[in-house]
Amino acid sequence: MLTKRIIPCLDIKDGRVVKGVNFENMRDAGDPIELVIQYSLSGADELVFLDISATNEKRKTLSDLVTKIARNINIPFTVGGGISSIDDVSLLLNSGADKISINSAAFKNPNLISDLSDRFGSQCIVVAIDTKFVRTDSFGEKDDWYVYLNGGKIKTEMKAIDWAEKIVAMGAGEILLTAMNNDGTKKGFANDITKCISEKVNVPIIASGGAGTMEHFRDAFLLGKADATLAASVFHYNEIDIKKLKEYLKKENISIRI
Amino acid sequence: MKVAIIKYNSGNVCSVQFALERIGISALVTDDAAELKSSDRVIFPGVGEASGAMNYLRNQNLDKLIVDLKQPVLGICLGMQLMCDFSEEGKTQCLGIFNQNVLKFSDTNKVPQIGWNTISNLNSTLFNKISEEEYMYFVHSYYVELGENTIANTNYGFTYSSAVEKNNFFGVQFHPEKSAEVGQLILKNFLSQ
Repeated sequence: MLTKRIIPCLDIKDGRVVKGVNFENMRDAGDPIELVIQYSLSGADELVFLDISATNEKRKTLSDLVTKIARNINIPFTVGGGISSIDDVSLLLNSGADKISINSAAFKNPNLISDLSDRFGSQCIVVAIDTKFVRTDSFGEKDDWYVYLNGGKIKTEMKAIDWAEKIVAMGAGEILLTAMNNDGTKKGFANDITKCISEKVNVPIIASGGAGTMEHFRDAFLLGKADATLAASVFHYNEIDIKKLKEYLKKENISIRI
Repeated sequence: MKVAIIKYNSGNVCSVQFALERIGISALVTDDAAELKSSDRVIFPGVGEASGAMNYLRNQNLDKLIVDLKQPVLGICLGMQLMCDFSEEGKTQCLGIFNQNVLKFSDTNKVPQIGWNTISNLNSTLFNKISEEEYMYFVHSYYVELGENTIANTNYGFTYSSAVEKNNFFGVQFHPEKSAEVGQLILKNFLSQ
């Protein structure tokens, strides 16, 4: 039986790992390769690396880091952050990344998704959605989860559910769904929108944003119908031990690789 | 030992190369016929789309070369699927080494299947020291049906072939190069065939 995945996320800036709280106030969280090896031995099912400082000049630095990671670990990993072209993707996959994640560039040019999935296969194309629940009027008629771009800085008029359906039709192989209202709060994942999208589209959904306790992970799988859960700070700062988390989830009758 | 990885347009070549490095093997990545024929072991990796990959292999005359290899050959993921008879992906006639077909997962499950699933009914020296129900990492939208060459199976709503073997040819649907220590052991087992 296919198991639910636990995915630590490492935000990378200038070759260092950081994690934002509500996408701001970055804190330094250690050397990437040390953390990476530690995670691959701890029972993490996959890793995600988001380069939050990605600029063209820094691409080469990132691809060198990707190769270093690929040499050092024997579990799959995804790389994202500022990816906007077939060349970017080709470089990262050739450097050893298993999957790549695109976000704002896909929104600005949805054809990029089909171009990438035709060329590299949809199984390695993760589309990330940053979404925020917005109350737009006093009647609540337009209250919904909207798509945000550029690391959460720009609101769009697109609802997350509509965007999810569109990207899957274009060839996305997986969706990384980050609920900005929850991210950094440690109050739990946004299970409502996660469930809504997970039941609507037929690709795996990685829930992200809000992990604080082991129960939150359980709820993301049971209530949010997530296929995988992603978290950063609770793992980086050893607030939750991955082995203990997986044992807990197994006891809660969730299909987990131990 | 000389180990070659077949270079073509659909490889996740460096992942396999790095995995072999971790077990002390420096592999050659090549599409050169003489190099491939003279290698002790050949690995045929693959990620991507079947019809494009088969066209490329035919154009490079790698199709006949692979079928005629006499040393142990390991196909991984798409590599394994291309070694079967026929793939529904792009309705592609494949290499015909394994007498089984490649079909698309139905929409009753999420497609692609991504993540760790178990392998069982292990029936090959490829699985020496590997226990039943061990977890391996899978990423795929098409699967190989059960058949005479099946040496391991996996369940994703129904049971399909997660590994096949015929004569000197082996194929695995999962990614041993990405399946932690157990995956490394399978690569070692292949090298000691």
